[in-house]
Amino acid sequence: MEERKGRKKKVLLMGKSGSGKSSMRSIVFSNYVAKDTRRLGATIDVEHSHVRFLGNLTLNLWDCGGQDAFMENYLSQQRDHIFKNVEVLIYVFDIESREFERDLITYSSCIEALRDNSSNALIFCLVHKMDLVQNEMRERLFLERSAVLRERSRGMDIVCYPTSIWDETLYKAWAQIVYNLIPNLPQLESHLRRFAEIAEAEEVILFERTTFLVISAVTRASEPNPFPDRFEKISNIVKQFKQSCTKMASNFTAFELRAHSFSAFIDVLTPNTYILVVMPANAAESATTLMNIAVARKHFEKLEKDSGGRVAERALDGH
Amino acid sequence: MTTLANSLGGYEDTRKNSYSLERFLQEPVSPTTSRYGRFGGTSPSGSMAGMGPVMGGEYRGLGGNARRPRLLLMGQKRSGKSSISSVVFHKMPPTETLFLESTTRIQKDPIHSFMDFHVWDFPGQLDFLDPTFDFDHIFGELGALIWVIDAQDEYLDPLSRLHSTIIAIQRTYPIINIEVFIHKVDGLSDEYKLDTQRDIMQRTQDELSDAGLDSVQVSYHLTSIYDHSIFEAFSKVIQKLIPQLGTLENLLNMLCLNSGIEKAFLFDVLSKIYIATDSSPVDVQSYEICSDYIDVIVDVSEIYGYDRKPATQLPGYTPGETPAADEEDTAPEASSIIRLQNGMVLYLREINKYLALICLMRKEGLEKQGLVDFNVQVFQNALTRVFEIGRS
Repeated sequence: MEERKGRKKKVLLMGKSGSGKSSMRSIVFSNYVAKDTRRLGATIDVEHSHVRFLGNLTLNLWDCGGQDAFMENYLSQQRDHIFKNVEVLIYVFDIESREFERDLITYSSCIEALRDNSSNALIFCLVHKMDLVQNEMRERLFLERSAVLRERSRGMDIVCYPTSIWDETLYKAWAQIVYNLIPNLPQLESHLRRFAEIAEAEEVILFERTTFLVISAVTRASEPNPFPDRFEKISNIVKQFKQSCTKMASNFTAFELRAHSFSAFIDVLTPNTYILVVMPANAAESATTLMNIAVARKHFEKLEKDSGGRVAERALDGH
Repeated sequence: MTTLANSLGGYEDTRKNSYSLERFLQEPVSPTTSRYGRFGGTSPSGSMAGMGPVMGGEYRGLGGNARRPRLLLMGQKRSGKSSISSVVFHKMPPTETLFLESTTRIQKDPIHSFMDFHVWDFPGQLDFLDPTFDFDHIFGELGALIWVIDAQDEYLDPLSRLHSTIIAIQRTYPIINIEVFIHKVDGLSDEYKLDTQRDIMQRTQDELSDAGLDSVQVSYHLTSIYDHSIFEAFSKVIQKLIPQLGTLENLLNMLCLNSGIEKAFLFDVLSKIYIATDSSPVDVQSYEICSDYIDVIVDVSEIYGYDRKPATQLPGYTPGETPAADEEDTAPEASSIIRLQNGMVLYLREINKYLALICLMRKEGLEKQGLVDFNVQVFQNALTRVFEIGRS
């Protein structure tokens, strides 16, 4: 029993009705493209979904319908049921909401309920639909909102992100959220670094397979890349392309690009991950890099298995 | 690749029906020396996306300087002309076209690509049948008249303006292709789309035969900026203006036949218009996936194609035998491969600064990748020669 608890993480997705919770979830976890989300209807009560994520980690996602009647219910009758054993609360705010003050009151009550029932939960606030705000205003408005949110969080620590389903900010926020849930990350990172050194790669990025969220990255290039937000961008690019592959009733397995100043390879690493390797120009034949990935594959598979086992042990020890 | 010759031989042994393309073209094998810039290789950002404004150099494009075809975008105001040209030629996301201002004067937009051409965007309220207008100036060059009709709006009035325009220009300027874009069809049901198209065709036909212009060729396209249809329509419009189209198609046919390729497109990278394809029928899915493939390449190249100084190579990297300057000239064109789960492979090769070849093939066809690479190389050389003839 404890073993299972250690791996299944309960994630609450809350926010006012129409703020974009289900749209987000569909894009990140179910391969929707942004414009498909128009078809989604309102979420009634709570929709549960289990997302297998990286080996033994399973996200138990509770998408909570945000209509007032449901919200009241969550906070009264279902209070224990909803807010017990929560690992992460993701609260979504619509930037265009006309009744921000009312949203805040509901938010505060949720935080209170969470504090009483799972005091160790992490809280993420997503200020959503940022695409509707003019570019120049975005940062200022976001800082303003996050300051207010922090004030109303009853002393709990929160992290805020500006998001939009129309650009890569969505992937940035979710990658950060998920990053906090992955067990044994330092070990994985050190192995990834070692791999990057052996392969003489400029950059190595590890992605989760279905969501294509960034798990970890190693950069060795001596010159800084002009795109600090490139990880999210790549998640976005690949997800878009995966979507167009579905038109051909297929999925992509490997990608390789040899350009003038670099070569890039995306390949399956373990059953749960893809790897992106960026090599400097002329550094190695593509076959060499592909071989390196193939060799690393076994190693990382083993690592993934071990880490799952170890987490279970740790969970057992704790009880 | 030392195995190239072997694999070539081996391939011929095992598959009698496969030859290298070279035989057909009888062209000596030459080292890769492209005269054109590479995927942004000369631009400061070093990325494919940096290609747009790069012009000049010795490359003048297919048509040479003498003739620059014109694409004349006309139609009722608010029918979507400026949106079309922004989305297709300036990579504007379709959602942002909502904020475009209404066009008040003729916008002449020179496009420098594999073929130089102009896009003229006419304000909808302009009555260019007014005799004060210089007809010769507008219609005097080879080109296409693209008439945009808003399918979600009342179209009888625009249609009668189209008819009077055709009648006015047809006798004097028969070299202008007439293309009708039945636009904004996203959101309409398939049945409704076809009904609208049939209705518009019928009315135009009637009107023209009343005017005694039975022989006028008018093409119709169902378009929307929210999907690939607008790019496909432009592909067809542009293809008619390329004098070497037949040659290009023949070359592509030969390439497909000899390399186990199922479908090949020659794309203009910047606008995602395909300027030629082999003669097997085009299905929408393969076009769409190739077009999306270009997006992936352009985006990834933009992220990682920044300029790296040669002095800052990674430790462990053995400095190449060739100095950096030499490298510029001899480095092979960018190439890329995507493997799909269903056994299909997408193969991309940069042809020159503007064009890329994208092939769809079974993965078995790529087992002898050396042969495919070689054939593509020969194809590329042949294409270079076609362009040279076009220029001189």
